[in-house]
Amino acid sequence: MTIASSVSGQPLVDQEHSLHLLHRMLRIRRFEEKSAELYSAMKIRGFLHLYIGEEAVAVGVAEALTADDAVVATYREHGHAMVRGMSMAEIMAEMYGKVGGCSRGRGGSMHLFDAERRLYGGNAIVGGGLPVAVGLALADRLQKKNRVTCCCFGEGAVAEGEFHESMNLAALWQLPVLFVCENNLYAMGTALQLSESVIDLPRKAAAYAVPTATVDGMDVIAVAEAARKASDTVRETGGPFFLECRTYRFRPHSMFDPEFYRSKQEVEGWKQRCPILSLSNRLKERGWLDESALEQLEAEIATEIAEAVDFAEQSAWESVEDLTRFVYSESGVN
Amino acid sequence: MGQQEMRKLTYRDAVREGLREALQKDERVFLMGEDVGRYGGCFAASKDLLEEFGPERIRDTPLSESTFTGAGIGAALGGMRPIVEIMTVNFSLLALDQIMNNAATYLHMSGGLFNVPLVIRMATGGGKQLAAQHSHSLEGWYAHIPGIKVLCPATLEDARGMLWSALLDPDPVLIFEPAVLYPMEGELAVDAGAVEIGKAKLLREGKDLSLISYGSCLHKSLEAAAILAEEGIETDVIDLRTLRPLDEKSFLASVAKTHRALIVDEGWRSGSISAEISARIMEQAFYQLDAPVERICSAEVPMPYAKHMEEAALPQVVSIVETARRMVHG
Ligand SMILES: Cc1ncc(C[n+]2csc(CCOP(=O)(O)OP(=O)(O)O)c2C)c(N)n1
Repeated sequence: MTIASSVSGQPLVDQEHSLHLLHRMLRIRRFEEKSAELYSAMKIRGFLHLYIGEEAVAVGVAEALTADDAVVATYREHGHAMVRGMSMAEIMAEMYGKVGGCSRGRGGSMHLFDAERRLYGGNAIVGGGLPVAVGLALADRLQKKNRVTCCCFGEGAVAEGEFHESMNLAALWQLPVLFVCENNLYAMGTALQLSESVIDLPRKAAAYAVPTATVDGMDVIAVAEAARKASDTVRETGGPFFLECRTYRFRPHSMFDPEFYRSKQEVEGWKQRCPILSLSNRLKERGWLDESALEQLEAEIATEIAEAVDFAEQSAWESVEDLTRFVYSESGVN
Repeated sequence: MGQQEMRKLTYRDAVREGLREALQKDERVFLMGEDVGRYGGCFAASKDLLEEFGPERIRDTPLSESTFTGAGIGAALGGMRPIVEIMTVNFSLLALDQIMNNAATYLHMSGGLFNVPLVIRMATGGGKQLAAQHSHSLEGWYAHIPGIKVLCPATLEDARGMLWSALLDPDPVLIFEPAVLYPMEGELAVDAGAVEIGKAKLLREGKDLSLISYGSCLHKSLEAAAILAEEGIETDVIDLRTLRPLDEKSFLASVAKTHRALIVDEGWRSGSISAEISARIMEQAFYQLDAPVERICSAEVPMPYAKHMEEAALPQVVSIVETARRMVHG
């Protein structure tokens, strides 16, 4: 039942595809750098959890999903929203709290949603998304729809009962969920080895007879390959799969965090493995990317971000009269 | 009252001093929760305690609210005096089964054999643009449960002194610390220590209206009272401090004097602690009232993220002032 595999160091095979992955990661990186700046400028408020350093995971996993599949993510979900196809503008406007945002400014950074693209949040309760993903997969099973529900969560969630209950139920009922554990080693300030008696996370899923794999989450090509294999398994068997992506967040947990729990050297060490830097270096070595092409890529992204900020600035504030809307459905019938 | 030596500190510092004192005074006391140790607490309320008391007594837990709360219950039954910190009330919902089905019931279902001397602390409330899943004010909702006591320190004195009294209590006590108050600065007596729990406190006296509140809304009520005073409306301002058991004597006495009551509560209106207070006034002081009891609560909507919407959802000083004015002048 258990497929234990480990993928890393995939060769670059396709220039166009590699450049596409680079572009996607860079978009997330620059967008979030801008977001951090706008947080300092008090345009964005509340919690802002940056994905910087972890981009290869969302980008790689997205390669294995179709437009028809569903995604359930956490509060660290800007990257997932972007690779799902959401525009920078609607995400930025959401973080501004404007009505032009994807959730009308009701949700903010932690609650990005998109019905058409089947992004079911943006969940800010650790572990809260896993049972929902199981249920989405159950609905597909009952309706005989051959789709995958991809559920992304941090390794901190593995300690919650909901993780274990979800693994068990998905395996017991053989539901098509691709569980993607974004193992960045820390849950806020708590290191994995200080919170888990067994830090080999796939073993936990395997205990419920869920097939597993671990991949280097700093290598986007490897993630894309591992995610493709994992989603193929889900589609073929109709049952769940647990994919652990080993990654690292370069920034504080949210915008305030004294980072007492890890050393500067450790962070610097991981930054050397930056997924964007390493892919662009590999592309350059291969002769598939040069400085001017990179500059052009950066320029395109900068324009896109400037337009998104503009959109957010221009977007209206929702009328206070609408405050109690969306507590119950307005149509009254389903 | 003699001249007391005072010093400046924040609400956060006051909480930490309370924790330190408890850990120093009683070997059986220990603190456990997510990020209380190395991280220093998600609101920095337990900063440096790990260095001082060591990892046996300052215990970082995995993200397992239900289990570490339940383990707190077990440790209390086993002879310790645990302080369980749940980061915020929002996550206490994962531990609700342990709180309600174990902590609150052990004594009763064992026919008095097993009491649970446990303290659970958590941050509560909105006002920080943290949106629907991170802004709950559920202390009034917890106050529905027989078998637990519910405290909500709004002042530095209480933030400092309620913990020790809670630890002396033989039964489970929940302490709700309004998250917006952690950075609040103020003065506290150098020798401040334990304070009585179970009693409300009159923080301002007036003859025209009783403002009944607690937690972060207490400060909005005090602000409103100052504005009203300039207009010649004199208000009693009552800090409930304890939501269960409710010190009804305090607000009934106040209403007997002012004949008007306005309750300010961050909880949602329906089925709230403000509804309970209103009912008690109606039951026990109906003939003393010159006007219907009124309430200012949060709008019945999950908390929206946008600032202007969140402000509109929460009780605000202006609405307290306007309502009080209307109640007094008609
Ligand atoms: C049930 C619950 N408990 C606590 C929190 C507070 N909290 C938010 S994020 C976080 C750390 C989660 O770490 P992890 O799951 O590894 O994800 P990461 O933030 O590293 O992406 C904590 C403790 C929460 N949101 N939900």
